[in-house]
Amino acid sequence: MNKWRILKQNREAPAAGLLLLLLYGAALFAGFLAPYSPTEEFRSHFFHPPTTIHFKRQSGGYGAPYVNATYLADPMKHVFTEESSFPVRFFVRGARYKILGIFPSDLHLLGVDHPGHLFLLGTDQLGRDVFSRILYGAQISLTVGLIGVFITTCLGLSIGGIAGYTGGWTDALLMRIAEVVMSIPAFYLILSIRNIFPEQIGETHISSEATYVVMITVLSLTGWAGMSRVIRGMVLSLRKQEFILAAEAQGGSAARILVRHILPNTIGYVIVRATLLIPAYIIAEVTLSFLGLGIQEPSPSWGNMLSAAQELRVLQHYPWILAPAFFLFLTVLAFNFFGDGLRDALSEKQ
Amino acid sequence: MRTFILKRLLSIIPILFGVTFVSFLLINLSPGDFLTTMSLSPGVSPEHIEQLRRNFGLDKPWYVQYGLWLYRLSPFEFPAGLKVPDLGYSFSSRMPVFTLMKERFVNTLILSVSAEFLIWTIAIPFAVITASRRNRYIDTISSGFLFLGISFPQILLSLLALMFAAGTGWFPIGGMHRLGHEVLPFWSRFADLLHHIFLPAFVLAFSEIAVLARFARGALRDVLSADFIRTARAKGNSESRVFRRHALRNAVNPLVTLLGLSFANLISASFLVEIIMGWPGLGRLTYDALLSKDLYVLMASLIAGTIFLIVGNLFADLLLAISDPRIRYE
Repeated sequence: MNKWRILKQNREAPAAGLLLLLLYGAALFAGFLAPYSPTEEFRSHFFHPPTTIHFKRQSGGYGAPYVNATYLADPMKHVFTEESSFPVRFFVRGARYKILGIFPSDLHLLGVDHPGHLFLLGTDQLGRDVFSRILYGAQISLTVGLIGVFITTCLGLSIGGIAGYTGGWTDALLMRIAEVVMSIPAFYLILSIRNIFPEQIGETHISSEATYVVMITVLSLTGWAGMSRVIRGMVLSLRKQEFILAAEAQGGSAARILVRHILPNTIGYVIVRATLLIPAYIIAEVTLSFLGLGIQEPSPSWGNMLSAAQELRVLQHYPWILAPAFFLFLTVLAFNFFGDGLRDALSEKQ
Repeated sequence: MRTFILKRLLSIIPILFGVTFVSFLLINLSPGDFLTTMSLSPGVSPEHIEQLRRNFGLDKPWYVQYGLWLYRLSPFEFPAGLKVPDLGYSFSSRMPVFTLMKERFVNTLILSVSAEFLIWTIAIPFAVITASRRNRYIDTISSGFLFLGISFPQILLSLLALMFAAGTGWFPIGGMHRLGHEVLPFWSRFADLLHHIFLPAFVLAFSEIAVLARFARGALRDVLSADFIRTARAKGNSESRVFRRHALRNAVNPLVTLLGLSFANLISASFLVEIIMGWPGLGRLTYDALLSKDLYVLMASLIAGTIFLIVGNLFADLLLAISDPRIRYE
């Protein structure tokens, strides 16, 4: 447990870990935390700026938070005017959703009575609540990285392990393939593999669940090469060591020696590498969806939410549309800090 | 040294074969071809589509197409003699791929080289300044800043840069020349290019600046605590001479390896920056070719990207040999 202590002594890693827990927790309980459904459109409130939460009473003094209802006063200049106020309520009933995708519920942490609205981060071009969409989008954007890296790690471990341990023709073949994969610039490769999978079958677009699986597959197929090359190198040096020779002398099968004795010794590198690979995958998903090649509307992903910002007019007048990118920044930052702390902890010699 | 370069150059050939094979396979695994969208339009007769498909050579099985493509690309004439290598023909813009790509390739190269220039001219002085001062506050602030830089997503930075350009009007949005630039004298044209390239190059360079500065600072710190630095100081060298002649030269070796890596990263990253910020480079072209399934354009840009990457790595190896006399390639 020495490693844990070193990790905890690191200044940033525990905070980063906590932030990651918060982000993933928010994604898990998106339904409860989001005031609205991600697809609910408030057509009369499109591109609404973030709702101000007031604490100051008109009569002076401070009290419970409230918001002012708004209506579009000047459609030409897109100006919203505030009128009657409504208190911010906790644990309100609202749009239906499923907790963990199983238990139906309609309880929300925050809410405001009609006709007031609680757009914490404003609304998009169709009047959908950006904050709610960020939370639901996190379910996709954050997990693509996690699952993708898990599969990449399994591929890297098995391919690198087999190549390094068996050697000979298998090794040469696998490593030449890995070299070819690594020679194609990453994003070009991602795009070409993405292109194999159809956008639509017949007339209907494929579902966002299918796209989700496609994205994970694409990322895993591009990332394995780099990892398996390093693992192979580590296996090559490990297999010459005495404890492996001893295991071989005792008649352990190749598979058993590889899985039980060699690969566990690469675990430190694998964990660090995987932690630092997750943000790269998350960014790749966001980029693909941003370019319109990933998760399709109306399902939210941080990437396709940013697509609206490609229009300069939108970017200039409704800057809150960039909010998902700041969440992306936070996530990447947290993963980098956490991975760095892990590396320090694991590279420390006992 | 010469044999090393020769060997490295020769080793590119099987990799290029592998890359073109994999790319061709991937493109052909994707459903439909360039004519699929055209065949959906009611104004085009099926016979016409068939005719076009035969003309484009898309009616043959993919391995035959690959063979023909390789043959056209090779400088050898069948059965004997030499010919000009041909990258094929773009279906959508109706012109030879080479003509189409030449300019785009150069543009991406200009953008990447400018970004690389920014990276080194900003990161190294930054590292030198922060490594030599053992001040706790400067240290904390600068490492925090670098960490933020490493994690800052390019997509956010490009959008913010666009917003900045549009808001202040200080920088042009998109393109690489202003209208009518052809008639300007050379220096105004150059200034115009600098004006257009600054934001995209800076966005492209941003996170790599942080990566390099962090790495360089670490390397400098390691070197500065080495014994030979104490010796150099003890001999009565001035601090700046110790820094320039002894510390920097020893710290730069691991950085040179990073040069190749960062160049490879830039190629991949320039894709997004080019698309968002409207730089007329390979990225935009590849993206459009991908969507319209313009087979030969796609193949050519994949090869171009690969060559960029491989040459970048080779370049780094060579620089390393030049900067470090202990390294001798056989």
